[in-house]
Amino acid sequence: MSCLLEARGISKQFGGVQALQDVSLTINHGEIYGLIGPNGAGKTTFFNVLTGLYARDAGEVSLDGKPLPLGKPHAISIAGFARTFQNIRLFANMTALENVMVGRHARTASGVIGAILRTAAARGEEQAIRRRAEELLHYVGIGDRTHDLARHLSYGDQRRLEIARALATEPRLLALDEPAAGMNASETAALRTLIEGLRADGITILLIEHDVKLVMGLCDRVAVLDYGRKIAEDVPEQVRRNPAVIEAYLGVGVGAA
Amino acid sequence: METFIQQLFNGLTVGSIYALVALGYTMVYGILGLINFAHGDVVMIGAMVALSVTRPLVGVLPGPLVLLIGLVVAAVTCMLLGFTIERVAYRPLRKAPRLAPLITAIGISIVLQQLAMIIWGRGYHPVPTLLPGGMHDLLGAQINDLQLLIIATAAVTMVALMLLVNRTRLGRAMRATAENPEIAALMGVNINRVISATFVIGSALAALAGVMVSSHYGIAHYSMGFMLGLKAFTAAVLGGIGNLGGAMLGGILLGVIEALGAGYIGDLTGGVFGSNYQDVFAFIVLIVVLVFRPSGLMGERVSERA
Repeated sequence: MSCLLEARGISKQFGGVQALQDVSLTINHGEIYGLIGPNGAGKTTFFNVLTGLYARDAGEVSLDGKPLPLGKPHAISIAGFARTFQNIRLFANMTALENVMVGRHARTASGVIGAILRTAAARGEEQAIRRRAEELLHYVGIGDRTHDLARHLSYGDQRRLEIARALATEPRLLALDEPAAGMNASETAALRTLIEGLRADGITILLIEHDVKLVMGLCDRVAVLDYGRKIAEDVPEQVRRNPAVIEAYLGVGVGAA
Repeated sequence: METFIQQLFNGLTVGSIYALVALGYTMVYGILGLINFAHGDVVMIGAMVALSVTRPLVGVLPGPLVLLIGLVVAAVTCMLLGFTIERVAYRPLRKAPRLAPLITAIGISIVLQQLAMIIWGRGYHPVPTLLPGGMHDLLGAQINDLQLLIIATAAVTMVALMLLVNRTRLGRAMRATAENPEIAALMGVNINRVISATFVIGSALAALAGVMVSSHYGIAHYSMGFMLGLKAFTAAVLGGIGNLGGAMLGGILLGVIEALGAGYIGDLTGGVFGSNYQDVFAFIVLIVVLVFRPSGLMGERVSERA
């Protein structure tokens, strides 16, 4: 399989804390790649560095062989890398539909002049944006909440909306930061179906998750972070048996339970 | 009663101008959390540029056409000015503590005023009348063409702005950036462009307001933007700063309150205070709002920014 995302030697320091130390990984086209680790292991920091939210101290990130620009989050989106957030960050005072329409921004072009003059091209594009956004809302299963403000959606629906908004940017790589956090069992099951559907549609997925069962069931490969270092990377069955991983989660001396 | 209607229309005229300027304050505040104290001086530059362009044309071309030319040149100049101010003075301070850009804004305000004083001098410039001064009798009040034009133009402009913000791709990007610039950027919005566009649009409104206010009072002066800016800022706070509808409502309300206050203060105080105290009302309103409803008429409680 060819490699889509390659991160080499990523390091990040906060004050005296080494949040990430020389983390490298590659994600192949079409796979679901899991990133797990105990609380504070650096998972979200790694996400934030990948998506350009934090500046990295060292290391390289490339998507499809092209280096991702630093300090230009919108360029990372244009390159085909989208993400959701652990703590949901929607545009709370915009409708579900508008949230997704914002995601179409970089894939469309009409400017102020077209909008003022209401040219045919501008109107056609606006309609296309709206249609695509409606499709995406249906795709993630909240087609009936189109005109509700984002903040009025239920927690599970807000998560779905975040995914729809990320999909609107036409990502090749979609990074999901703890999408199942706070979800009940049926919501998690629905999320799992959704993620499998995304993969079937050709989107590569990077998944950070606390729910180890979900990760082990879904992912093709899993990497484990602990204290900012990658301690394992393998297929789920191997990772599950890896002594270093068990130690990281359960502490020294407890052994395989 | 006649005084009331007359002052109501005078208030609506001035209030429409306040509203246009208040929109510039509120749009920038909504997106950057910055109170752009230089905005009033952009209005002044608009008025001065329009004056310089129109004066040699008076009598050469028909009045309304001269007015239009003046307006277009003023708008383009102010748009460039707004773009440059953001680029040079505010963008480098995007991540600085809030006080830094605020002080910079005051600095820019002083720079613009001094620059205008150097270019146009310290004197009061009479502004030529470019419209046929037809008076209309409306419910016992006297309204001239210019006032009607100001009110109508402001109304159309504000409707257009609302459509732009609520119905277009750029407007969506502006609202998304206002809610959360980091996330908007991650969704592919080039927030620097959106912020530039905000300044450019606000400055165009300022130019329009500058032409209106100088035509209405028939006078232009290098420091005219200061008091106008303060009042428009008050209007924005009254409506709920960051809220476009609030800026419009606040501007018009403030204009009407001020006009009615000026119209009646003489009678109410037995002649002790005259209409020259009209500026007091704006600041009474500001104080009352800040004490009793700091989030403004249409503003929501200030929410934390992530």
